[in-house]
Amino acid sequence: MSQSLEDLGAHIKSSMTNAIEDVGVAFGELTITARAEQIPAVITFLRDDPRGRFTTLIDICGVDYPERTNRFDVVYHLLSMHLNQRVRIKVETNEDTPVPSIASIYPCADWFEREAFDMYGILFANHPDLRRLLTDYGFQGYPLRKDFPLSGHVEVRYDAEQQRVIYEPVKLTQAFRNFDFLSPWEGMTLPGDEKAKEG
Amino acid sequence: MADSVSNAPAEEKRTFTINFGPQHPAAHGVLRLVLELDGEIVERVDPHIGLLHRGTEKLIEYKTYLQAIPYFDRLDYVAPMNQEHAFCLAIEKLAGIDVPRRAQIIRVLYSEIGRILNHLLNVTTQALDVGALTPPLWGFEEREKLMVFYERASGSRMHANYVRPGGVHQDLTPQLVDDIGEWCEQFPQKLRDIETLLTGNRIFKQRNVDIGLVTREDALKWGFSGVMVRGSGMAWDLRRSQPYEIYNELDFKIPLGKNGDCYDRYLCRVEEMYESTKIMQQCVKLLKQTPGPVMPEKSKYAPPRRAEMKQSMEALIHHFKLYTEGFHVPAGEAYAAVEAPKGEFGVYLVADGTNKPYRVKIRAPGFPHLASMDYLCKGHMLADVSAVLGSLDIVFGEIDR
Repeated sequence: MSQSLEDLGAHIKSSMTNAIEDVGVAFGELTITARAEQIPAVITFLRDDPRGRFTTLIDICGVDYPERTNRFDVVYHLLSMHLNQRVRIKVETNEDTPVPSIASIYPCADWFEREAFDMYGILFANHPDLRRLLTDYGFQGYPLRKDFPLSGHVEVRYDAEQQRVIYEPVKLTQAFRNFDFLSPWEGMTLPGDEKAKEG
Repeated sequence: MADSVSNAPAEEKRTFTINFGPQHPAAHGVLRLVLELDGEIVERVDPHIGLLHRGTEKLIEYKTYLQAIPYFDRLDYVAPMNQEHAFCLAIEKLAGIDVPRRAQIIRVLYSEIGRILNHLLNVTTQALDVGALTPPLWGFEEREKLMVFYERASGSRMHANYVRPGGVHQDLTPQLVDDIGEWCEQFPQKLRDIETLLTGNRIFKQRNVDIGLVTREDALKWGFSGVMVRGSGMAWDLRRSQPYEIYNELDFKIPLGKNGDCYDRYLCRVEEMYESTKIMQQCVKLLKQTPGPVMPEKSKYAPPRRAEMKQSMEALIHHFKLYTEGFHVPAGEAYAAVEAPKGEFGVYLVADGTNKPYRVKIRAPGFPHLASMDYLCKGHMLADVSAVLGSLDIVFGEIDR
């Protein structure tokens, strides 16, 4: 299984050398790292290539790594129902650089890209209708970014005097606590312990 | 007067816009469809979703792996355990946990119970959407019995929190296995009864045949999965093509539709229920032959046995650490998918080596299905919108997340 995936990865890499940066197989899954501006070409190639035939777009999602210069990963999952194989394509981008939309290649990408825009603020160039999808009408901010607080910024309640629902800044009666259970001892080698393995 | 008529611009096509929902009984939850109509013909559908958005993916990033499992019950709340299963498969893939055989059989058994739970709800409420009131009443009686099986296994009728990385939480009692076997004996007759109300029903057919046609090409382009591709004649089922757990040992058929309309999808779901009952019967038989643990023994991902904790200090520490700090999943990324009743339910898990997931993306099957509403409904009559919506099998817990 993984051998055929590696062959497929090598085939894809050799066919699209200028668009693909890296190919790897982990946990029985093929992952391709591509250049963001080349993504429509890569996706079209994977869809039409007789060894790929990835005709179904399974998912598009963002991942946030705030410490990187290009903080977002956009991850595409494709499936070939004909050849029964999957592939994952990752591209990097940041808040200001749009990724070319693939909504013209797969129509279902429309909503997946809208969701990634809504949740992370990732921009997609040439998208037919890049509106927010899941959040409230008039929502501010991008909730799945790592720097967005878990509690959000506003809360809603019904105001009996004004007879309508109003938005207010979040008031927490107890400060938000994010417990860090990480043990400082985990993965640490105490002086002298390295000898235990040698023996 | 005649002049003024001839000078007037040719009569403009006047479309008008109506709201379908957010509170509409046929919207299957909280869906707001903005429909642009020309008379009774639908010109454009703009679904506004997110009214049930709870930020599941964000919440999971702040929870340990074990604490995250209950959130998956609350996605597609019609078939809860199937979602937990996908998440646990993703964790098991990253951490390399082996699942004991008995736990695999139990997982398959409950996945199929989930499938019947879902299809019973969908088939009968689809009938409700097009005007039949009796099928839901009959179907819900059987659902109720299945929920009791959920409760007897996990303690909860719906939000089970039963599947764990490495297995399932508790073993089933022999009595429960027997009762599930008995239920399987009587269910096909009940299903045939429901079918007598619908399959040949003139009104039901008038409302569903040739409505919401999906060709194979459409199904691929729009990212469909599950019954939505099988109804269009694509033989694709993850249980067969990418088998997980013990599905490759089981004997079951995959019903396919021919025309890809709402009626074919209804037929597929009904047939799948018969097949699921067959799978359940095989699982019951296997469970009676297969004793054994339902969680890996001596694994840092599973709690130690209570008796062991009375004697062993290490077991006590392990138990405490497991339920406070939680276990650590090695860094990496994995995608695991199951054939949920609605289609391919996938979990893309990015782990950073700590006790909490770095990112969990939930790929809900209903999401691309609903995205195609505009395409499917264009040119149909207003009354067909609810028939199409019913046959898409929409549950907002998983679409809005």
